[in-house]
Amino acid sequence: MLAVKHTLVALVEDKPGVLNRISSLFRRRNFNIDSIAVGSSEQPGFSRMTVVVRGDSAEVEQVRKQLDKLVNVVRVSDITYVAIVTRELALIKVKATAATRSEIAQIIDIFRANIIDVAANSLTIEVTGNEEKVDSLIKLLRGFGIREVVRTGRVALTRGNA
Amino acid sequence: MKKTGAQILCESLVKEGVEVIFGILGGSVLPIYDTLPQYPQLRHILVRHEQAAAHAADGYARITHRAGVCLATSGPGATNLVTGIANAYMDSVPLVAITGQVASPFIGKDAFQEIDITGITLPVVKHSYLVTDPADLAGVVKEAFFIAQTGRPGPVLIDIPRDVQVNEAEFVCPDKVNLPGYKLKPRVNAAQIIRAAELINAAERPVVIGGRGIIISQAYQEFREFVEKSQIPVVTTLLGIGSFPENHVLSFGMLGMHGMAYANMAVQNADLIIAIGMRFDDRATGDTSTFAPKARILHIDIDPAEIGKNLCVDIPIVGDIKNVLTTLNKRIDIKEHVAWISQINQWKHEYPLVDDREDAGLLPQYVIRRIYELTEGKAIMVTGVGQNQMWAAQHFQYVEPNSFVSSGGLGTMGFELPAAMGVKIAVPDSVVWSIAGDGGFQMTIQEMATISQEDIAIKIAIINNTALGMVRQWQELFYRRRYVDTLLWNPDFVKVSEAYGIPALKVTRKAEVVPAIHSALDHSGPFLIDFNVEREENVYPMIAPGAGLSSILTLPKVSKDSSF
Repeated sequence: MLAVKHTLVALVEDKPGVLNRISSLFRRRNFNIDSIAVGSSEQPGFSRMTVVVRGDSAEVEQVRKQLDKLVNVVRVSDITYVAIVTRELALIKVKATAATRSEIAQIIDIFRANIIDVAANSLTIEVTGNEEKVDSLIKLLRGFGIREVVRTGRVALTRGNA
Repeated sequence: MKKTGAQILCESLVKEGVEVIFGILGGSVLPIYDTLPQYPQLRHILVRHEQAAAHAADGYARITHRAGVCLATSGPGATNLVTGIANAYMDSVPLVAITGQVASPFIGKDAFQEIDITGITLPVVKHSYLVTDPADLAGVVKEAFFIAQTGRPGPVLIDIPRDVQVNEAEFVCPDKVNLPGYKLKPRVNAAQIIRAAELINAAERPVVIGGRGIIISQAYQEFREFVEKSQIPVVTTLLGIGSFPENHVLSFGMLGMHGMAYANMAVQNADLIIAIGMRFDDRATGDTSTFAPKARILHIDIDPAEIGKNLCVDIPIVGDIKNVLTTLNKRIDIKEHVAWISQINQWKHEYPLVDDREDAGLLPQYVIRRIYELTEGKAIMVTGVGQNQMWAAQHFQYVEPNSFVSSGGLGTMGFELPAAMGVKIAVPDSVVWSIAGDGGFQMTIQEMATISQEDIAIKIAIINNTALGMVRQWQELFYRRRYVDTLLWNPDFVKVSEAYGIPALKVTRKAEVVPAIHSALDHSGPFLIDFNVEREENVYPMIAPGAGLSSILTLPKVSKDSSF
């Protein structure tokens, strides 16, 4: 069986302990969560969650069914094989001197990223995109010396009907 | 009108039709206990250990099909419940476990007897609540019972801080639950029913595996109609015992690790397995890669997550067994499988279960068989786990629905005594036997006091082989008879029983068995018999752990003393 990255999206009740219930189910089934992103949804009182895990399809389907049984989970789908849009946000703090600042600015321009904080010896950059785009920007900036990176993990929605 | 949280809890329990609560007090539930006398409808059974409260509520629930209720204090009271909650979870038993919690301002401060019980129980509950406002309590209780008792049943925990029990709120009983994420009884897929019926009608060597789902759904009638119309032989799982009368010509006993040889052979030679309300537990299937190699598999279960969990199935039907069988029964043909059934009967003739051997002393099988005969099969048998459980499953012929109560999934030693209390309280007019091993009996022995205090008239049989018998059997068979810490020194159980105020007899010879059982049955109250059986008697047939159902071990023909 092939372990591929699966994207699960869940609509869940916004109640205490829900995240714990969900993450503990993954732990019990021996899944390592690549990323998890939670925030409010279009419906008051409900959150939408995007979880990325690696596993073969049968294993992921089993954990999806177990998640669906949780009382606080309204709906959960594996959207790996359907048309989706995905994005991730990253903040990157990179070393910058007077000499390198403009070169960094050029790179981030190509990536349509933004500088959101400027200090004497660093820049903080905000970039949005799919994970590959974020990965390649980080790779390019590594030469300048990266101080800190924080990533939100993938958020995903299925595409609208054309 | 305003009421305290404790009053709201009690009112809500009464509204849910609760009659019995099994529990034991402690600091964090004092307000609830102080309120209990205001509600005489709620009978409280004071147990001696919280684990027993959960098991008793479990036994009660299995018989009544309603949620059993147990109550414990915070900290150690709550953690002591965990084994009982896990037991109910594994066997899909509706349970509402109520725990006291330290007062809200102390939560998270490592206060005296504070424990995060909603966290600890997370993997073994169907759902749980930490109540933070007495105004929420009525709704929480209603939801808890609804969740515990519907769909695939299971345990629900309600953790109530002390201040929530004391503070007042308006008591408004909600008329419905608001559970947007709780999916109930999916509509039975009509196309799957048609495909299933085609498969059933075309099968030449079909076998039904009946599980506990049939009992939970109380689909005895529908199941029997299905089997009789299609003339398909039935085997059951351990917990499926009591779903189909074992004196029926189409009943072929239990499958699995200690199943009847002919039941396993039927499964291994079938061309269609119809698995109903069971979950392909490893003790039932053996090695799944060699399970029913010639068969297509039709799996009917209420829980979609059970489909394909342990093995791939050809046709799944998700739904309540009663509904599914009612629909399916209209679609299946009246059939005969004369040759197939006579083949299984032939195996049954070749590999019978034997309950006695002339050269042997007092055998446990013999004891179980006599209990069966003297109760005319009308007793409810309650077991924990181990050899005693397997002998009780094999040698008592279960004819009455739901007459076998046992710790299946979790396999809990000590379940038998408190669970039998719960069963007896649920059906006081039934004869209830607690079948215990000498090891398991000592794990919940303190409940002898509860039984005495409440005069719970159960009959207790200790199948005493002065060993942790099943483990000893494994050491004998798989560890070259190296008995590491499986042989027990035991107290005099007759004296122990008498000290608890329960009359008792010791039986060491075959001739004493029948008179002792008569004494137990003739006595109006609780009674204990300490059956001193052969120490090294093994449970056969047996499938070695990890092996397939075709690799059946039977009683060796050689003398036991020869090494192997």
